Amino acid sequence: MTLYLIGIAPFAHADFWLGVGIVAGIYSIFTLGLQLNVGFTGIVNLGQAGFMAIGAYAMAILIVTYGWSPWLALPVATLIAMLAGVIVAMPAVRLRGDYLAIATIAAAEIVQSTAQNAISLTGGNNGLLGFDAAWQTIQVWLLGALSTIGLGDMDQIPLFAVTWITFAVLLAILVTLQHTPWGRVLRAIREDEDAAEALGKNAYAYKVQSLALAAGIGAIAGYLLAINITLIYPGTYSADFTFIGFAILVLGGLGSYSGVALGSVLLWFVLEGARFLDLPLSADKVAALRLLIVGLVLILVMALRPQGILGKREEMVLRG
Amino acid sequence: MRPPRHPPFLLMLTTASSLEATPSETAGLGLSTGVRGLALLGGAAVVVLILIAVKGYQPAAQATANGLVAGTYFALGAVGLALVFGVLRLVNFAHGDFLTFGAYAALLANAFFRLPIIVATAIAIAATALLGTILELAIWRPMRARRAGGLQLLLIAIGLAYVIRNGIQIAAGTEPRSLQVDVTSAVSFMGGIRLGTTELTVVLVGLVVLVLVAIMLSVSRLGKEMRALADNVGLAEVAGVDTGRVIIATWLVAGGLAGLAGVLVAAAVGVLTPQFGFQLLLSLFAATILGGIGNAYGALAGGLLLGLTQEWSTLFIDPRWKLAVGFAILILTLLIRPNGLLGRPALK
Repeated sequence: MTLYLIGIAPFAHADFWLGVGIVAGIYSIFTLGLQLNVGFTGIVNLGQAGFMAIGAYAMAILIVTYGWSPWLALPVATLIAMLAGVIVAMPAVRLRGDYLAIATIAAAEIVQSTAQNAISLTGGNNGLLGFDAAWQTIQVWLLGALSTIGLGDMDQIPLFAVTWITFAVLLAILVTLQHTPWGRVLRAIREDEDAAEALGKNAYAYKVQSLALAAGIGAIAGYLLAINITLIYPGTYSADFTFIGFAILVLGGLGSYSGVALGSVLLWFVLEGARFLDLPLSADKVAALRLLIVGLVLILVMALRPQGILGKREEMVLRG
Repeated sequence: MRPPRHPPFLLMLTTASSLEATPSETAGLGLSTGVRGLALLGGAAVVVLILIAVKGYQPAAQATANGLVAGTYFALGAVGLALVFGVLRLVNFAHGDFLTFGAYAALLANAFFRLPIIVATAIAIAATALLGTILELAIWRPMRARRAGGLQLLLIAIGLAYVIRNGIQIAAGTEPRSLQVDVTSAVSFMGGIRLGTTELTVVLVGLVVLVLVAIMLSVSRLGKEMRALADNVGLAEVAGVDTGRVIIATWLVAGGLAGLAGVLVAAAVGVLTPQFGFQLLLSLFAATILGGIGNAYGALAGGLLLGLTQEWSTLFIDPRWKLAVGFAILILTLLIRPNGLLGRPALK
């Protein structure tokens, strides 16, 4: 593909850009959890991809292996991911900032290792298939509805819509939570844990709740990711996902939930737009180039504008 | 997954209880470290004896020898991580990719320019030491001058890790590569322990360098200054330590050791990919935390201990879980003894 294609026929790429929009939406949802932890609670959760994996695997195992209805499997899998969040958080949030970061990424690597090696449960590196029958039914119905308005051939629209509606709902919930006493206590803990404790707030419990909630949000991103690629396998849930989430987080700005969507759309526009540059590189080198850009975004934003595009400087705290 | 009862837990319990003896000890270095080190050594010896009794001589001895191979390169990688954390309070997420950088520098010299492996190793050490120093001057020093926060530094380090790793991948591709080392011949010794000659060389080189590093830290002026800075920056400066110079020296040492460790990993494992350093990073963190983060001696011991424990675990559970065992040790150490086996008691 070359650059002139965009100029001549933008709508020829509509389906491609809808696909990018789905990925950006999934990352936005994923990063909402990171924003809750890092931006609003001051805990650096580097294990978000692990919670996402637990949610997605739990969903697929309940549906495929145990034959559960997806409508029961989804909430239960979300609860399982949140429980995993509690289990990791209970010891981890007692630790200093950088220890906590290392403990959470180690937990995620154990999840990754389990996904690869507990083959009877997870299918190992072959992954799990066939968990999305209900979605296929819904999609066919939605595409039928779309064809009545002449958009029936845009088969990415249903997932695009579901992803961004999910994002909007979660965004509304999180912004509302932030203005409740619960949300204010979170920020008080981020600013000065001792002061919050002195006011009788149990900082430990709030931090555990923050991580558990983020894990649940990660699980929801995991379901959409699984539906999008129709397969669940360990490589999808690598630490790269978490670090791309962090690049999105700092690009949009710490302490801004809507900044997450802006950061995600911007980053994915750049990463996927790079495909049109017609670079003389093989596929694996293009993949490396994309991750190199992610690294550069992290370095440049943190060095030059640590508050990101929409964030505020005073919202940047790492518990030391 | 039910964790099987295997030596790591046993070891931790025995050493932890033998270390409780000096709870009021505040100087983490010096004599107390020596005593704790001896306690660890004793604990490891006890574990080896128990393993021999339970699993027989040959399997236990073989696992111990394999553990020493991994342990030496864990230790060499971890000591740099610990020095940088101690002196700069920086969790260097790019340290694993320093190992990759060193290994690929050696590969370039060895496989492409056909230089002998010893020269290639020297080039790798110099190149990685230089990389650490350049990053200090280009990024870390300016960021400190701007009083960047801990989160900023952490995320910059993660970004650097991505830039180095993927830069290498763009330059060298993803296909596995090998240094020009002997991977076929092997030696048997001590009644049935079998190691590749390259692995044996790796252990010997690694152990010699580890001893040299330990001596450098304990007797040389530079080593004392590094430890003083790691202990208390303000006090060290008042005592006349030239902070800027020691920081550069720290990066040179940390980078050089990482470069060497990278070459040793590549030689011992046989193949290298651009991902291997990052995959090792968590094991290096585990070694550092096991020894008490920021404590360079602790990192040496922690690295050896981690390598041994991972290999010992393969006597009881499938080797595929070896990495997960390492991460579980990391988390358990943080839970049970967050200041590490050799670290000082908790200081808030």
